[in-house]
Amino acid sequence: MKKIHGVLAGILATLAVVSFAFAADPLMINGAGATFPYPLYSKWFYEYSNANPGVKFNYQSIGSGGGIKQITAGTVDFGATDAPMTEEEMGKLPGAILHIPTAMGAVVVVYNLDKVETGLKMTPDVLAGIFLGKITKWNDPKIAELNKGVTLPNADIVVAHRSDGSGTTDIFTNYLSTVNTGWKTTVGAGKAVNWPVGLGGKGNEGVAGVVKQTPGAVGYVELAYAKQNKMSVASLRNREGNFVMPTLEATSAAAAGVEKSMPADFRVSLVDAPGKDSWPISGLTWLLVYKDQKDPAKGKALVQFLKWAIRDGQKMEAALDYAAIPTPVVEKIDKTLRLITSGGKPLY
Amino acid sequence: MATRSGRNPKDLAFEKASAFFAFVVLFLAALLFAVLLRESLPALRKFGARFLVSGTWDPVADQFGALPFIYGTLVSSFLAILIAVPLSVGAAIFIDEFAPPWLKKPVSFLAELLAAIPSVIYGLWGIFILVPVLRDYLMKPVTKYLGWIPLFKGPAYGPSVLAAGVLLSIMIVPFILSVSREVLATVPQRQKEAVLSLGGTRWEMLRIVIGQHCIPGIFGATVLGLGRALGETMAVTMVIGNRPEIFLSVFQQGYSMAAVIANEFNEAGGIQLSSLILIGLLLFLVTFVVNLAAKWILSKMVAHASRGI
Repeated sequence: MKKIHGVLAGILATLAVVSFAFAADPLMINGAGATFPYPLYSKWFYEYSNANPGVKFNYQSIGSGGGIKQITAGTVDFGATDAPMTEEEMGKLPGAILHIPTAMGAVVVVYNLDKVETGLKMTPDVLAGIFLGKITKWNDPKIAELNKGVTLPNADIVVAHRSDGSGTTDIFTNYLSTVNTGWKTTVGAGKAVNWPVGLGGKGNEGVAGVVKQTPGAVGYVELAYAKQNKMSVASLRNREGNFVMPTLEATSAAAAGVEKSMPADFRVSLVDAPGKDSWPISGLTWLLVYKDQKDPAKGKALVQFLKWAIRDGQKMEAALDYAAIPTPVVEKIDKTLRLITSGGKPLY
Repeated sequence: MATRSGRNPKDLAFEKASAFFAFVVLFLAALLFAVLLRESLPALRKFGARFLVSGTWDPVADQFGALPFIYGTLVSSFLAILIAVPLSVGAAIFIDEFAPPWLKKPVSFLAELLAAIPSVIYGLWGIFILVPVLRDYLMKPVTKYLGWIPLFKGPAYGPSVLAAGVLLSIMIVPFILSVSREVLATVPQRQKEAVLSLGGTRWEMLRIVIGQHCIPGIFGATVLGLGRALGETMAVTMVIGNRPEIFLSVFQQGYSMAAVIANEFNEAGGIQLSSLILIGLLLFLVTFVVNLAAKWILSKMVAHASRGI
């Protein structure tokens, strides 16, 4: 029995220490959602908590859908998503929510062709034709006429796509639906779709793996994956008729291109954006926060963090292969942050 | 103590406690079934029996059917059994009957070690080694010369139902192997010696002994392997190609029930989520039916085998 008492005392002492540690740690802000911005958010939380020791973050990258579910249920202080919430999803919310854009990403077309360098030119119709299974050979005249001087092999095109539901697929299929009516009517857009052809890989790494392992393969991945794996990427003809290579600058240009028509709630698709340098398959990623915060202290800390994220935070984006939000859009976001209140009192 | 075990209060308490744990297991199984059923009701109501025979999986149009997934699961598991059973039984016989003592330990140790490798590692190995090797040295030549046979029709991309079957077979070998060895060990030494003393060769001895004694046990081992193959998720997802269509050719892509759940569950909502859970329920039922059928066949076999001796 003595032993048990000793063990109990030990447990109690540990509990006391733990609860003391919590007491000394005033604010823990919980969030959940998108996996795409996770590396950026981790960096932000780390840097911000270092500069502001009173605030700690706990972020679970469970996917955009999961983030929306958690913020709807109120189990987290903020959500994160790569696809704006639909009207149906917003109808289930207990209160008004704000979409705060934090970063931009690009989806790029990667391929594996021996002796063909990076930058193979494609038009929206050629890309849709490939993913619809209508263009099946690499030396198809439709590809060849865009790439005079490039020797294209007489090889089968092996299409690779995401097998898991993902925001990357959402942006890619939204783009194809926007630029090609055939795609829109037969396949449509969504986080997962009924692909007419091709192999499914799980995650960006899965698609990158299929493309790297299969000669003649073509697929789509986030820009960061293509860069890190040094894959050949296609150059796409954008809305203004220019062939553009996917870069961080070209991605930011897409947001600048729609800046004038940016809706007040930032729920906007950036695919096929205007602007002569715009990369056409770009997208925003958002943090989701309630307009009226239940807990004034947490709400205040969250707003302070967001103010920091859209200014100082943007400087960390390029190093992690995210495109920064252009300054005019940052000014608009700043105005939105002023709308966040707690019990009617502004928190900005 | 031993004679009054039922009356002893400590034993009684132990009996009650162990009964409680047994019921917890039963309760968990029932709860699992109930939750799966409840969550899959919207899809059951919307699609009904059509869900079983429809080959469409279209999250955009909200049309779902499970047939390609059931097909992919069964075919890849069947291929795995087809490869793994001869391999495991052959290896078991070698280790127990022919292998020199210095080889016995390392071979059986390494074979059992295969069971300890996480399935995601098998999947990665599948993507980077197995799939390219199968594609370049098996699928490409076979489609070139035997491509007219529907079973081997190209094009050979690599990720395929065959790749999933081969990978699964490697994963289930340790299970079938170790159970087969235990079954072989139950054969009385005297029975073996009797066959040899009558002038039988080693082959005849094994054939008679295994035919008489070991078939039910090996069948049981096969079912154990099959159960594992049916539910395997990660490794299959990584090599099967994730294409919800039914192709006769084993060189074409497929999809499995566990794989589609793992792939789409995270971002699914509404009727898609319910359909995924319905697939989970079906997988539960498929595994249940396979095991039940196996138990029944096994009981017949055991009865038959014991009559034969």
